[in-house]
Parts: sequence; C-alpha cells; structure tokens
Amino acid sequence: MAATTKSRFRNLVPGAVLVCIFFGAAVLSFFYTPFDVEKFNIAQRMLRPDAVHWLGTDHFGRDILSMLMVGARTSLAVAFVAVSIGIVVGVPLGLMAASYRGRWLDELIMRGNDLVFAFPALVIAIMITAVFGPSAVNAIIAIGIFNIPVFARLTRGAALGIWNREFILAARVAGKNSVRISVEHILPNILNLLIVQGTIQFSLGILAEAGLSYVGLGAQPPTPSWGRMLADSQTLTNLAPHLALFPGMVIVLSVLGLNLLGDGLRDWLDPRLRRE
Amino acid sequence: MLFYFFKRIGSLLATLVVASVVIFTVIEIVPGDPASYMLGLNASDDTVNALKAELGLDQGRVMRYVDWVGGMLQGDFGTSYTYRTPVAEMVAERLTVSLPLAGYALSLAILLAFPAGLFAASRRGGAADTVIMGITQLGVAIPNFWFAMWLVLLFAIKWQWFSAGGFPGWDAGFWVGMKALSLPAIALALPQASILARVLRSSLLDVLNEDYVRTARAKGLTRRQALWGHALRNAMIPVLTIIGLQFSFLLAGAIIIENVFFLPGLGRLVFQSIAQRDLIVVESVIMLLVFAVVMVTFLVDLAYAWVDPRMRRSH
Repeated sequence: MAATTKSRFRNLVPGAVLVCIFFGAAVLSFFYTPFDVEKFNIAQRMLRPDAVHWLGTDHFGRDILSMLMVGARTSLAVAFVAVSIGIVVGVPLGLMAASYRGRWLDELIMRGNDLVFAFPALVIAIMITAVFGPSAVNAIIAIGIFNIPVFARLTRGAALGIWNREFILAARVAGKNSVRISVEHILPNILNLLIVQGTIQFSLGILAEAGLSYVGLGAQPPTPSWGRMLADSQTLTNLAPHLALFPGMVIVLSVLGLNLLGDGLRDWLDPRLRRE
Repeated sequence: MLFYFFKRIGSLLATLVVASVVIFTVIEIVPGDPASYMLGLNASDDTVNALKAELGLDQGRVMRYVDWVGGMLQGDFGTSYTYRTPVAEMVAERLTVSLPLAGYALSLAILLAFPAGLFAASRRGGAADTVIMGITQLGVAIPNFWFAMWLVLLFAIKWQWFSAGGFPGWDAGFWVGMKALSLPAIALALPQASILARVLRSSLLDVLNEDYVRTARAKGLTRRQALWGHALRNAMIPVLTIIGLQFSFLLAGAIIIENVFFLPGLGRLVFQSIAQRDLIVVESVIMLLVFAVVMVTFLVDLAYAWVDPRMRRSH
C-alpha cells in the first residue's frame, strides 16, 4: 500500500510544483519584475548570469529573468485560451455525436473531425497567422482549431461507453431528454478524462506557441515571448549560449511539468487506470 | 471486406472534395491581390488587369475553383505567380529534400524507439524502465528547434563535423546529401522517438495483460518468448497508427526545422509562398499534403481491416 501511495504522487507533486512556479511567475510579472523588460541598456548587453542579473542580459541589455517572467504570461495565456476553445467547442460536439450515435449528425461531426485532422496543423497555423497577420490572438485561434477535434473525439468515445450504463437507462425512464442526460450524467462521468487531456493539450499548446513565435508568427515585439527569445538568440549562440539556454529550459520545464501533472492527475483521479 | 473498402473510398473522396473547397475559400480571404503584389505599388490598372487575365484571376470564383481542381486531377498544379514555373515542378524538386528527410527522421525514430519501448516494457517498473520513461518524458518536452540549435552549436560550429545548414543537392553525391540531412533528421527524430517509445511500451503492457498471453505463458513460454511471439504483433496496431501520422507530420511539419537549417523543403516552400502571396503554390501544396495525410490514414486503416476482421465492422 505504501508503494502505491508513493507512485500515486510520484508524477503529481513535481508536476504540480512546476506548473505552480510558472503560473506564479506569470501572475507575479503583472506586479513585479526585477527589471523593466521594455527598456534597452546597450552598455549592459549579453552579460553572463551574476548577482544582479540572475540569468544574465540579452543583446539589448534586457534582464532575461524578467523577460522570461513576462514571456510566461504570453505562453500560458495563448495555450490556455487555445485549450479552452477546444473544450468549449469540442466537448458539446462530442456529447452531441454520442447522443445521436450512428445517425447522420454523429456521422457529420465525426467526418468534420477527420477533415480537420487531415490538415497538417503547423502549416495551417502558419497560413492562418499569415492571412490575418501574425499576433498572439491569431496564434490562439490557429492552435485552438486543432484542439476542437481532439476534445470532440475523446468526449464522444468516452460518452459512448457511459450511454450503455444502467443509470443512463434509469435517467431516460425518469423522462430526461438527451441534452439533460448529457449534461447531468455523461459530462460528470467523463470530466476526469477531459481534465487529463486538457493538461496534455496545454503542454502541446505551449510548444506550438513557442514554435510559431520562433518563426515570427506569434506574439509581436516588444511583448517578450519564449519562442522569439530563442529566435533572437540563434545567431548569438556561439557568443552567449545562455541566451538560448534559459528560454529553452523554461519551455522544457513547463511542458514537462504539465505532462507530469497530466499523468499524475490520471493516476489520482482514475484508480482503474492505475496498474498495481 | 469489399463493402468496407468502398465505404472508405467514398469517405476519402468526400474528405478530399470538402478539403479542397475549404482550402480554396480560405485562400480567397487572404488579403492582397497577387497581381498588384507582383507588380508593385506603381503599376497602372491596365497592367494589373492584363496580368490578372494572364493568371486567370479575372474569372469568377467557381470557374477558378473548377479550373484548379480539374488541373490537379490531370497533374497540373498551376503556375507559380512569383517564379512563373509549374508548381508541380517546384513541388517535385522540394520533395527530393522533404521525402528523404521525413524517411530519415522516421527511420531514426523507429530505430531508437523500438529497442527502448521493448526494453522498458519487458522490465516494467525496474530501473531501466524508469530511466527510459524519464528520458522519453524529456524528449517529448524539448522543442525540436531548440534541440536543433544545440546540435548546430556543438556539431557544426564547435567540432565542425557537419555543416550548419543548407543542402548541396543529391548531385553532390548520396552520402554528402545524407550528411547534410543528418542534424535536421536527428532533431526531428528525438520527440518522435520519445512518443513512439511511450506508445509502444504502453501498448505492449496492455497486451501483456491479455488472456492469450497468459495462456502462452501457461503452456511454457518464457516471458520473453511470449513478448516476442505473441504480444509484439498485437501491440503493433496503435504503434502503426502513430508511425503513419508521424510520417505525414514530418513531411510538412518539418517547416520549423527546415527554417533552422535553411533546407529547401516543402514546408519552407509553403512558408515562403505565403510571404510572397504566391497563393496558387500555397493552395496546391496544402492540398497535396492533405491528400498525403488522408492516403496514409486510409492505407493504415486498410492494413488493419485486412489483418483484423473485427476492424471492418467497427466502422
């Protein structure tokens, strides 16, 4: 039993700690950053990490720690809203498909899903940001669209299993229509799965945002973003490797944190999935 | 099987038709008229109109859609607005980089993932399993372009074993070409290998719990024999799906890595064409990529249905 308890929190605790650090840093950056991220100080550029600038300064003399804190805001906000779009649109679609299972509406929703899946996500994201101009908002839309079928498919699959259960039959006998059943009985039973998938999509969203801003299609200057910090550092890696090191590390740690949190939540919320 | 086959063909065609309409419509919304874009700010209206007529942009939308799709069916993907060369030729040229790169990266990913996944599954819960799962957890979290930057810094700038970017072309020799694709392929393979190893491991663990594996053990097979003889084949289904998806992803998704290494691949062609408002190239290449994704999924599905009769009914 002791071993179970230990492995039960093995992923959850480090995951939650990492995610809290990044959310905390993002929130803190609204009130306090060690230095002003919009002020250039060329005399102090590309400093190595020291007691004043803990993580050094970039090629404009801006404090890297402060930029990472403000960048966390962009990354987390983009990924969070993108996942929310996926949930808000995808989950009702999935619930609808499951309650009309086998009929034309189900077929239509599922084929629509296949259609979105058929598009190479990154290329479409680049196309959307190119059509409507590069900005954080358009990055959110681009990433959000590809979250919709993920949640729709997951919801439908899980909901189908619940629809066969006896308590659903009882609810139908009690006279509840399929909308009420979906909201009152199906949704609470698949919530765990959705939360777990949500954290995974969140981490994918951070990676996608970093990639888009890296090629210049995410948040625009002067808003700091992790991906663009990496792009800026690229030509300087030889001179100042720390410019590339820290933004990359925060991406890795935040994605890792979310993945660990997702795994941990799954083990914690659903004992059936936990293997002895 | 025949019914299943025709049903899948039908939905494949429907997907392609709808996809072509969606792509065409989205491209129509793109701000900026290609003709005025090509001629610059000082062009007179007459010149712009003449160019529009030449490019076929003066026709109605429906006509242009029909022309586009009709042309593609005959292998004519249109003519690039910017370079005035057939899109088909440009794509073919880019594919000589993108296809080998995708193949190279996927082979590396499979070569890394299979031993890792099998080893972790066969020693589940042990130290090796923990280490392998930890590494793959990291591999999934590392952005491939960041990894690529370090590869360049170490192997191209510091030790100078590889060039930092560019592609000399296959005329320079097979090994020279492969060498130029090595760093990009490694960068692309790392996250893919991590995903694949994790899927393989969890799929194997699921299968190892099945009754027929227990039966195999009961009739005297060792754990290893049961794993290789019975579990692996059955665990391959999700793994094959992922491999199929990864191949189509690598074909177009290499776009960022192509930018890091200045490789003239398909992704970079789309990227540049969007910037230059060379919309016919964007349209046709995206359609081609959608076609590739849909075909790969179709073939994987078909392979399942052929191997496993239960799959034919579940659709």
